[in-house]
Amino acid sequence: MTTRLGRRTLDWLPALVVLVAIIGLWEGLVKALHVQRFLLPAPDAIWSAFRDNQSLLWHAGLWTFEEALGGFAIGCVAGIVLAVLVARWDLLGHALMPYAVAANAVPIIAFAPITNAWFNPLDKSSKMAIAAVLCFFPVFVNVVRGLRSVKPQQLELMRSYAVGELAVFRLVRVPTALPFLFTALRVASVLAMIGAIVGEYYGGSLDSLGANILQDASLFQFERAWAEIVIACIFGIGFYLAVGAAERLATRWQPRMETAGS
Amino acid sequence: MNAVVDIAGVSKEFKGGTVALQDIDLQIEQGEFVSLIGPSGCGKSTLLRVIGDLIDPSRGTVTVNGKSARQARHDHDYGIVFQDAVLYNWRSVAKNVALPLELAGWSRERRQKRVAEMLDLVELRGFEDHHPWQLSGGMQQRVAIARALSFEPALLLMDEPFGALDEMTRERMNAELLGIWEQSGSTVVFVTHSIAEAVFLSTRIVVMSARPGRISRVIPVDLPQPRGTATREDPRFFELATEVREALHLGGPLEVPA
Repeated sequence: MTTRLGRRTLDWLPALVVLVAIIGLWEGLVKALHVQRFLLPAPDAIWSAFRDNQSLLWHAGLWTFEEALGGFAIGCVAGIVLAVLVARWDLLGHALMPYAVAANAVPIIAFAPITNAWFNPLDKSSKMAIAAVLCFFPVFVNVVRGLRSVKPQQLELMRSYAVGELAVFRLVRVPTALPFLFTALRVASVLAMIGAIVGEYYGGSLDSLGANILQDASLFQFERAWAEIVIACIFGIGFYLAVGAAERLATRWQPRMETAGS
Repeated sequence: MNAVVDIAGVSKEFKGGTVALQDIDLQIEQGEFVSLIGPSGCGKSTLLRVIGDLIDPSRGTVTVNGKSARQARHDHDYGIVFQDAVLYNWRSVAKNVALPLELAGWSRERRQKRVAEMLDLVELRGFEDHHPWQLSGGMQQRVAIARALSFEPALLLMDEPFGALDEMTRERMNAELLGIWEQSGSTVVFVTHSIAEAVFLSTRIVVMSARPGRISRVIPVDLPQPRGTATREDPRFFELATEVREALHLGGPLEVPA
């Protein structure tokens, strides 16, 4: 176990070195070239802004993360439910799939101002709405694909065991669809954070990250704006990693490529 | 003698008018090993699926142990092995073998005992907790065979089960399958493209021809049992192989199987 842990640490080492090098280079170049702070503040300035505003930053981060998580949950559940219905009834699929695939390819984020108009813009619900719509389509499309990608012979085998449709669903379709689902969930976790923050740019409570980033940038508080972006990154990456961890738990049977970040 | 399988006047037309099978009559006795051989499109896989009630015939009847094919399927009379092992990747080897037993409502204890026996039979003890992707193609196919035999079906239906394996593995699997067949005493219907495989394994070879799919000849294989490496060098083996080859050539367009 310790050797495996040791090897995992070693795997991460090159990436860590690159991170430290980039921050070092950033700091050095900003200082050496006297880069204006509205263009790019130095990491140490961002760090002090981060330290001085910690409670406010975490509060705003959590606020936005709750919006993203709420939208993620609503959008994913809706996507999964509709996918199950579509995979079961072909006619429904013929009617809906072309639009879902098309919707998956358009920049839904453009609707963010509209959801602000539909719901109270200061309320979390308006950001949850845009995040939910963003999450819905990739989850829906992928789960339909997953549920349908069962090999015909697996179904023939089940037929030879004379089991009902529900057992086929539970024993074959769901496990086959799981990797498809998690691929979509990882995409959705990123989209949910984007949806929440961009939604906040179009008008949101000053408790939220997006509104704060917008305000600080317009008030020339660039170090604070960057510190808020760092918080957004922390929540976004944490969310993504949590979905990845859930995937590993749910699909332990799968062969795994040991690459960082996938 | 009571036929395990009685196929009477079976025809199958697919949508669009392709006649996959025409007027098939065939009886298969208890303990027989019957191979269906023929060029692509002769309907041998279709016939196998009609026997197993995976597709309905357009005309005619299939009776298995005196029952309709549908009733036989509901009574778990069929063990099926396809060209791909069709293992469930999310299940371990042991759980793949146990799946039909689970669905038939066997207790955990009885399942475990049977799975151990089956893995002994196909020489995969020690691989219980492996997942399918950790096994070679030949080993995967042995798991599929163990799974198909686990509930002692009246009939083992095999659709080119070794078609995807290399020649060496295939010959070894042939010998293993014969051993399993002798031990289990089951009745086997075996679809193949390979003349050598058909002659080596079968008690009877059903040669089929294409467009429309029909039986052109039935060749009994009188090679002595048990069969082994020596069988493949028996002059009678070559005579029979020649007979099958000629029957295949008479049966339609030249599309000679390997």
